[in-house]
Amino acid sequence: MSKLPYEVQTEPVTPLSVLSLDGEVVNPDLLPELSDDQLKEVMYRMVFTRTWDERAVNLGRQGRLGFYAPVSGQEASMIGSEYALNKDDFICPGYRDMPQIVWHGLPMYKAFLYSRGHQEGGRIPDDVHVLMPQIIIGAQILHATGVAMAFKKKNEKRVAITYTGDGGSSEGDFYEGMNFAGAYKLPVIYAVQNNGYAITTPYAKQTGALSIAHKAVAAGIKGVQVDGMDVLAVIKAVQEAAERGRNGEGATLIEMLTYRFRPHSMADDTTKYRTKEEEAEWALKDPLVRFGKYLEKKGLWSDEDTNRVKEEAKATVNEQIKKTEAVEKMTVAGLIDSMFETTPKHLEEQKGDFQ
Amino acid sequence: MAQMNMLEAIRDAMRVELKRDSNVVIFGEDVGKVGGVFRVTEGLQGEFGEDRVFDTPLAESALAGMAVGMGLQGFRPIAEIQFVGFIYEALDQMFVQAARMRYRSGGRYNSPIVFRTPFGGGVKAAELHTDSLEGLAIQTPGIKVVIPSNPYDAKGLMISAIRDNDPVFFMEHLNLYRAFKADVPEGEYTVEIGKANVVREGTDVTILTYGMMVHTSVKAAEELEKTGVSVEVIDLRTLVPLDIETIVASIQKTNRAIVVQEAQKTSGAAAEIIAQINEHAILHLEAPVLRVAGPDTVYPFALVEDAWLPSVARVSAAVQKVLNF
Repeated sequence: MSKLPYEVQTEPVTPLSVLSLDGEVVNPDLLPELSDDQLKEVMYRMVFTRTWDERAVNLGRQGRLGFYAPVSGQEASMIGSEYALNKDDFICPGYRDMPQIVWHGLPMYKAFLYSRGHQEGGRIPDDVHVLMPQIIIGAQILHATGVAMAFKKKNEKRVAITYTGDGGSSEGDFYEGMNFAGAYKLPVIYAVQNNGYAITTPYAKQTGALSIAHKAVAAGIKGVQVDGMDVLAVIKAVQEAAERGRNGEGATLIEMLTYRFRPHSMADDTTKYRTKEEEAEWALKDPLVRFGKYLEKKGLWSDEDTNRVKEEAKATVNEQIKKTEAVEKMTVAGLIDSMFETTPKHLEEQKGDFQ
Repeated sequence: MAQMNMLEAIRDAMRVELKRDSNVVIFGEDVGKVGGVFRVTEGLQGEFGEDRVFDTPLAESALAGMAVGMGLQGFRPIAEIQFVGFIYEALDQMFVQAARMRYRSGGRYNSPIVFRTPFGGGVKAAELHTDSLEGLAIQTPGIKVVIPSNPYDAKGLMISAIRDNDPVFFMEHLNLYRAFKADVPEGEYTVEIGKANVVREGTDVTILTYGMMVHTSVKAAEELEKTGVSVEVIDLRTLVPLDIETIVASIQKTNRAIVVQEAQKTSGAAAEIIAQINEHAILHLEAPVLRVAGPDTVYPFALVEDAWLPSVARVSAAVQKVLNF
């Protein structure tokens, strides 16, 4: 059916993909420029993160971690997008995005402390440019927009990146943030990890848009869709978006099509809302397998490497969780003193109830 | 000294701080060219440029969230929410994100933001333009609440608010913007946040109040004086932190008090003030502390608001009631 001249024209989008499921380069023009060492580093981080995730889930079951949102399956979108940034770029993560901020510099034991509900977890080192994960879905999108406004005003060649999911793309803050960035041409990247489910609500119930990436059109910013199980595609898309931001060309919305292999959180049952067939289908797209095959063909990776990294990750997690458990307990008095720069008298008095 | 109304005094405070500190920025809906719907920021964009004073898209959550983001990078945003009823759109960013930033980052980040908004009734405005929503804010940990009643205080409190490293909800009563002019010093001075002001000394009853109701209460006090009743009126100026010392000192003298607020009666500032009086001064009281407030309805449409708002007569009646208890 032909469209009327006064009807807005939109066409479906084809996701950016670089590697086939067998690890063959299908799109050589879009291969990001990475040295062999950099390629190995990306694989190292993905394998490490998968093992860390497995350990964290177990630590959660043992009661040694608090709220934890598993990440397996989303390593390409998480690790790849962070890897494409500069160290002084700023990350405003959603609740599942702990890997990005840890690889950006947050010590892992702080992530564990945060999960356990210890305030020290959020005390981010001065040279690490991140916020802690945001719990209110979408609120972080506006923080990233504000950070980008600050970068622009100070003429700094830095970008802000914020993460949310397919559910988050339905929030008002998502639209408000992108619209703002469009009007002010801000150096910000809105990364949406579309893993098909907002807890249990399927993508089909989130939007009638052609894709989440299309939502960029209304905001007047660039929108791209990426195979979020293909780490090289993710790196390419984020590198391009960051470059646009640094060059004063404004914001980008990147929709990354991905899947979480595990439940939403520790208190979730995927059998109620996902089919075995669907899970099996996505398992074939495992980002570690696909990128691993690519590296094996280049002679850069082997099973021994994988095993070595797994052991290293386990040892690191063990050491970091011990460090977590050794941190001094929080006190109510300490909490009270963290509300304002100078504790007002009424709060000072309230400390008396907790001595 | 210059003669200024409250609106001009607030503008002057912002001008002083824009000049003094290059990290101070002002943004909001329509704050640029025309200087906001009440002209509070009039002339500031012309003087300091679009980089420092700028219009935002019509999106309150976004502009409040932007303030949080800019605050992370060293800016000191003054974010104007055009009318008080619109803060509902921005509550998460104001009362959750800004107010928790210091706590959740263990002090690494803070939110040195002033959220300015006009509020308050008696001006026949449209729906949701004139509510008194300070009660929502005082229940929110991590944000200060400032409500000036006159030009001198407004300028000094605004300068303090801008320099404060924690978020401040700065509520400007619509009926006071152009109500009267008063002497305001040139240049910089501060009025401490958390310090009440005894605007009228008296010995029989204390009226605790803020904003527009300071003026209603002073009028009542003047009328009561003619009948031989000596009323002390305290302008609280800030609800968080609350200057309980000044309140207690007054009650130790008068032994009787009422609280006057424009907001609805239940669970608001007055309720909190009375609770704190109970904790700190109950043995000094000769009568229960009464509230004069709006009824627990939505803020009314224009044609009934004058009857709805606390009046001199209602304030006087409450004073008589605690006197005759």
